[in-house]
Amino acid sequence: MSTVPPSTPPPPHVEKMRAENLGAKFPDAVALRGITMPVIEHKVTAVIGPSGCGKSTFIRCLNRMHEVVPGATTSGDVLLDGKSIYGSAVDPVGVRRKVGMVFQKPNPFPEMSVRDNVLSGLRLNGIRPASPDVVVEAALTQAAMWDEMRDSLDRPGGSLSGGQQQRLCIARCLALEPEVILMDEPCSSLDPIATARIEELIHDLRERYTIVIVTHSMQQAARVSDLTAFFYLGELVEYGLADVLFTRPEDPRTEEYITGRFG
Amino acid sequence: MSRNANVNANANANANVNANANATSGVVFARVLRGIAQLASASLLVLLLALFAYLAKQSRMSVEVFGLGFLAGTEWDPLHARFGALPFLFGTILSSVLALAIALPGGFLVAIYVAELGPRRTRGPVGALVEMLAAVPSVVYGMWGVLVLAPLLRGTGARGPTQGVSMLAASLVLALMVLPTIAAVMRDVLLAVPQNLREAGTALGGTRWEVLRHVVIPHARAGLFAATMLGFGRAVGETMAVTMVIGNSAEISASLFAPGYTAASVLANEMPQASDPLHASALYEVALVLLVVTVLFNLGAHGVVRRYLRRKAAGLSTGPAEGELGPSP
Repeated sequence: MSTVPPSTPPPPHVEKMRAENLGAKFPDAVALRGITMPVIEHKVTAVIGPSGCGKSTFIRCLNRMHEVVPGATTSGDVLLDGKSIYGSAVDPVGVRRKVGMVFQKPNPFPEMSVRDNVLSGLRLNGIRPASPDVVVEAALTQAAMWDEMRDSLDRPGGSLSGGQQQRLCIARCLALEPEVILMDEPCSSLDPIATARIEELIHDLRERYTIVIVTHSMQQAARVSDLTAFFYLGELVEYGLADVLFTRPEDPRTEEYITGRFG
Repeated sequence: MSRNANVNANANANANVNANANATSGVVFARVLRGIAQLASASLLVLLLALFAYLAKQSRMSVEVFGLGFLAGTEWDPLHARFGALPFLFGTILSSVLALAIALPGGFLVAIYVAELGPRRTRGPVGALVEMLAAVPSVVYGMWGVLVLAPLLRGTGARGPTQGVSMLAASLVLALMVLPTIAAVMRDVLLAVPQNLREAGTALGGTRWEVLRHVVIPHARAGLFAATMLGFGRAVGETMAVTMVIGNSAEISASLFAPGYTAASVLANEMPQASDPLHASALYEVALVLLVVTVLFNLGAHGVVRRYLRRKAAGLSTGPAEGELGPSP
């Protein structure tokens, strides 16, 4: 079965990122094998697949977070704007500033205020914005929570509800003005209403950012994504336009998965 | 069919009875266990109060003779029955503060190395080493102080040559003893910072050091403070090693190179020979003061930590916050 997606959108779409024969290992297991796929600019790319298929590992390779795990290694390459992010001269810290990440479990800094949470990425990078208030308002507005947070900027991040915490994490990520945002099952710990809000947000953010989202929920992938990749056992099985993949999958494994026969 | 149903019903009833019996014995067991635990906890308080009462009773003569002047008196002269505790309080506090000032930066750095920055392969062995050092008997440190450190410091006295035993020697030995304690506790505190917060910092483009500085340390503040206080507590109460190297001279000197004395040391040195009732009573009062200072100090430290944690907990209340379940604004 060819892993080169026949339904990859043709130009004028711009390839923002590209995995080239990407492999990833943990000390005791191989997580990814030979992944080659583009990530298209200003599109939402969903990565789906059963637990343990390597989808989270895949996006963690896109901002060099995989190697943070002790003993974890990668092979192959990942390009950002045509340039390798794994080159020997590349600083992973710089990659992570351009390719932001939102995690499965909301992880705002619990005792930091909402305001400081938004600014934390800048502080971590030693940047002192000329007008922090503008940064905070802009990031929270983009994360669709300025109106509900404008009077609670001094509340600790940990006191917010799960959905608010996750949007705060998105705002924190946006404040760094990344180009790509990776989301690792961002709604898996949220209730349906909070989930709907995040999905709306993803839809809006596409205008300005390139988004890759890992999700457990096929409904969510179908709702939010333009392109969908199906991973199975560490390999890319099928990748293409979301509506095509969900209605006319080419690979029998994809069909079995999306019709709920396994996973 | 109905017969079967009856049998089933009977079986169910039996099962219920058994479950009830189990539940009852479980409840009894839990009650007994709780009672024992309560007793054990209460006995701690009783012990502390008994200790306090005993020391208070024994030191009554001294309290009656010297009054509050005891705490301010600078003279300790058993031969002429003049007793003032200030040199000991001064010595205890100065040596502990100095020890802490020396040990704190070192202990903190070791903790950071073991918990965060060191190469993964060396972290385990270094951590084990730190714990081993924390468990070395204090007399060993004292011997090192007498045999190695004191000769090094010999001749540094402000008033001509001394034996090298001095406030400085005591502070250095104490620092050496307190450092592993501080490092070991701080390491555990740093390791307890949730991994997902570190990941958040890393994904935001923080280097290891930046994540440590802006995420891990702020999150661990209360625990780091508690580790410091633990170290201080150990320094205040340490007797053996200090007695061996401080010089045991009940004088208040501005020079760190001059010998000094601590409350714990004077108790260890003089209690066995205190035949004069007033002398013994004065020693009991020193012990009482040491106990009170230590207890107050610990209460204060716990208070600070608890207040910090409560503030944190208040900010971390779960449950839906306003606006979350309502309509989209």
